[in-house]
Formats: sequence, C-alpha cells, structure tokens
Amino acid sequence: MQSIKNHISLVIALLSILFSIQIFIIVDRSIASYKQNLTNSYSMVIVSQKSIDNNTTLGFSPLISSVSELTPDSIIKRLNTNMNNKNIELLKLSLPKFYKIQLNSYPSPDEIKALTKSILRYPTITKVEDFAHNHDTIYKLLLLFKGVVAIFAVTIFVVTSLLIFKELRIWQFKHSERMSIMGLFGAPGWLRSAVLFRLALMDAFISSFMAFALFTYLSYNSWVLQQFGNVGINIIIFNQIDDFILLFGTAVFLSILLAMLIVVGHKEEA
Amino acid sequence: MDKVVIAEDLSLSYSSEEAIINQVNFSIDSGSFVFITGASGSGKSTLLKSLYGALKPKYGSLVVGGVELRKVSRSKLNFLRRHIGIVFQDYKLVKEWTIEKNIMLPLIINGYGKDVTQKQVDSLLKHVRLTHQAGKYPLELSGGEQQRVAMARALSHNPILILADEPTGNLDDYSSQLIWNLLEGANTQLKTTVIVVTHHIPVSMNVEYKHFHIEYGRIHAVN
Repeated sequence: MQSIKNHISLVIALLSILFSIQIFIIVDRSIASYKQNLTNSYSMVIVSQKSIDNNTTLGFSPLISSVSELTPDSIIKRLNTNMNNKNIELLKLSLPKFYKIQLNSYPSPDEIKALTKSILRYPTITKVEDFAHNHDTIYKLLLLFKGVVAIFAVTIFVVTSLLIFKELRIWQFKHSERMSIMGLFGAPGWLRSAVLFRLALMDAFISSFMAFALFTYLSYNSWVLQQFGNVGINIIIFNQIDDFILLFGTAVFLSILLAMLIVVGHKEEA
Repeated sequence: MDKVVIAEDLSLSYSSEEAIINQVNFSIDSGSFVFITGASGSGKSTLLKSLYGALKPKYGSLVVGGVELRKVSRSKLNFLRRHIGIVFQDYKLVKEWTIEKNIMLPLIINGYGKDVTQKQVDSLLKHVRLTHQAGKYPLELSGGEQQRVAMARALSHNPILILADEPTGNLDDYSSQLIWNLLEGANTQLKTTVIVVTHHIPVSMNVEYKHFHIEYGRIHAVN
C-alpha cells in the first residue's frame, strides 16, 4: 500500500503529460489529414481568352500541382438541340478556355490572394475563380480548432507542471532524510540517490505502459474509429513503436530530471 | 598506544557565530571508552558532530582515524564514515525501511555480501532483543526499541569508532541498560573505541573509562 502511494502521484502527473502529448499528436495528424482531404477537393478555375500550355500554368506558382482543361462539352450539349455540328465547332472556338488548377497543399487566404494576383498578370487570363468565401470559412474553422487544442494542451501542461512541482517538494522532503542518513554512514552519492532514480524510472515505465495500453485500446475502439470515419479522416491514432518511443522518452526524461533536481537540491545535514 | 582522535587548537562554530569550542587540545586512545559531559548548550553535540565530519573545524586541526577533517574531500569523508558507527539522540532511522533494512544500511554501504549481511543482522537483532520485530517499521516501535535498532545499526559493520549522542536520553531502564551493555561489549570484546556524549555517566559502568568535561568552550580531562 505504502509502495503504491509512493508511485501514484508521479505516475498520474506523468500520465497526464503523456496523454496531452498524444492527444496533441492525434489532433495534429487529424488536421493534416483533413487538410489533405480539402487540398484534394479544392481547385481554382482560370478563364483565358486563348489556350495556355500546362507548363506555363505550372510556372505561375510552385503551389500549383496540376492543371487540366475543362471542356465546354457539357454546356454545349444543353444548347445543341437545334445546332448543327459546324455551328457547334464555331461556338467552341469562340468560347474562352477554362482550366482547373489543383494545389499541392491547402492554401491560406493570403496565399490564395497572392496566387490569384500572379495568375492574373498573364495577359490572356481574364478571370480567376478561387471560391475564397467557402475556403475562408473552412480555414478559419481549422485555425479555431487548432487554437482550442493548443489552449487545452497548455492548460494540461500548466496543471501537470504544478502537480509535478508539488510532487518534487514531497519527494525532496521524503528522500532528503534518507539521503542524509545514508550520507552519515558514508554512502557515496550514487548509492544515496540510487533509490530515487530507481523510483523515478519505475514511474516512467508505469506511466508509459499505462499510456500505451490506453491509446492502443483507443486506436482499436470501433466508436473512436467511427467518429474519425464520419469526418473522412483516416489516421494512425497510436503508432505502437514511434509514438511509444516518444512517450516513453518523455516520461524517462521528466522523471530523471525530477530526480536530478532533488539530488542537486539536497543539502547535507549538519 | 595509537590515537584515534587528535585535536590541536581546535575551534568549532556554526557560520560566523562565536566559537562554541575554543582552541582545545585533546587526544583519545584507540580502544578506549570516553564520556564527554557538560551542561546543555556547552558544545558536547557540536564536538561529536565534528568527529564524524558534519561540522568542519574553524581553526586548528582535528584528525579522526588518520583523516584530517579540516580540509577533507567528500570521498575521504565517506571512507572515514564507513568505519564509524553513530548513535543519535533522535535515532535517525529511515522511516520507510523495516528495522532489518535499517540495521543492514552500513553493511550495504560497505559492500558486504547478502549472506554475511543477513547473518550479522540476525545476530544483532538477537542482541538487542528485537528478533520478533524484524519486519516492522521504525514508527511502529517505541522510543527505546528504536534506539536499540540504532544501536544495532551502529555496531553492524564492526566500526573502529562508535560515537553516541545521548544514547539513553528519555529511555526506559531496560533499554538504557541494554544499550550500555552493548557499548561496553563492543569496547571490551571488539576493542572498539567508544565516545559517548551524555549528561550523566551511569553508576554501574563495568569498563574503565576516560571522562572529559566541556565548560565555557574548553575541554577538561576529569580523570
């Protein structure tokens, strides 16, 4: 019982930090995935008096990933009931050229403005449709979501830091006495702090494995997967190797730092 | 006879305070039993602290077990302390360890093997009549029992020197007698030097002893 009590406070504090880190990673991955979805479905339309070759269009900006010409066939089809083929061909020649451009990343409103300006500099281009209004709304929503998550992460970090600081004071008090007594009997520094480092490492192990178990469960939970599926996001919620190494490394680093602070702050009893 | 403690013009003080022990000279023979007495606040415990290096001499020289304590390195001090057994008035037991583990502490620090350690601890627990309490924690024991544990810990590694600060203060007669017997036994059988700081020297001492008295920062040999 005593042994569990010794561990539980630091384990909870470490677990909170690991939880907030992994949540932040999941949100970041979700936003990146959602941005990719938006990028794939987002396009701009260019209207030109004359045809432009693809290389020229790609040269307008490195943001542009592909260009395709939009054929006016579907519009003409609706009109062609009383027109002969010759007239249709003439109409086709007199119509401006439409091009759909796709981008390699989801642009910010400023990037859209800059891109539009750059395209309009080309003499034969008369109009660029950027669907800026829809784009702006989605982009601002994404920014808001990111901001809320950042506030959440910072809040957890602050609260957990306070918890760890409080735990540090308790540990300092608890271990100082033992370290002093060991010192009075000639224990070298490494032996005096060995218990402390062992406890810290054990807590790092416990909290990392608890985080591992929790996120492994969540990554296979059908309800969680369904929620992501509903918004068209397909991400790895928890990478059992890379993410675990990151969480375990963080827990070890924090707990060793805590133990070192105690050892450095320890004053020999006179 | 070898000297285990040699003090020359020794002055002791806490930070910038006036000297508590002022330019004293004395020496203690190896294998002797020594009492240091004095009124409260006379500097008895301060002197004892200096003997295990918890307080460095302000002036003069203090050599304990061949180690000069005025400018001692941490590793040399640790080495010296590994050969000293200390009994504190407030016991200084590790509360989260069982009494068995508390007694083991000096043996672990000195690198004894598991078998030797366990054998020695079992024997000491028998001597201090606490075999049945081996698995308990210090706070589960009475003051007298805790001091007996502290005594067993001080003896566990067969030190060359035992320093005891008021070892029987506030203890019942049974525990006090047990502690004096153990100190006498260490001195006579193991030839361990014993230095005891106390207000009163017990009347029923069975060993020859030397008596120093501290007054006004000076130390006087009484016998």
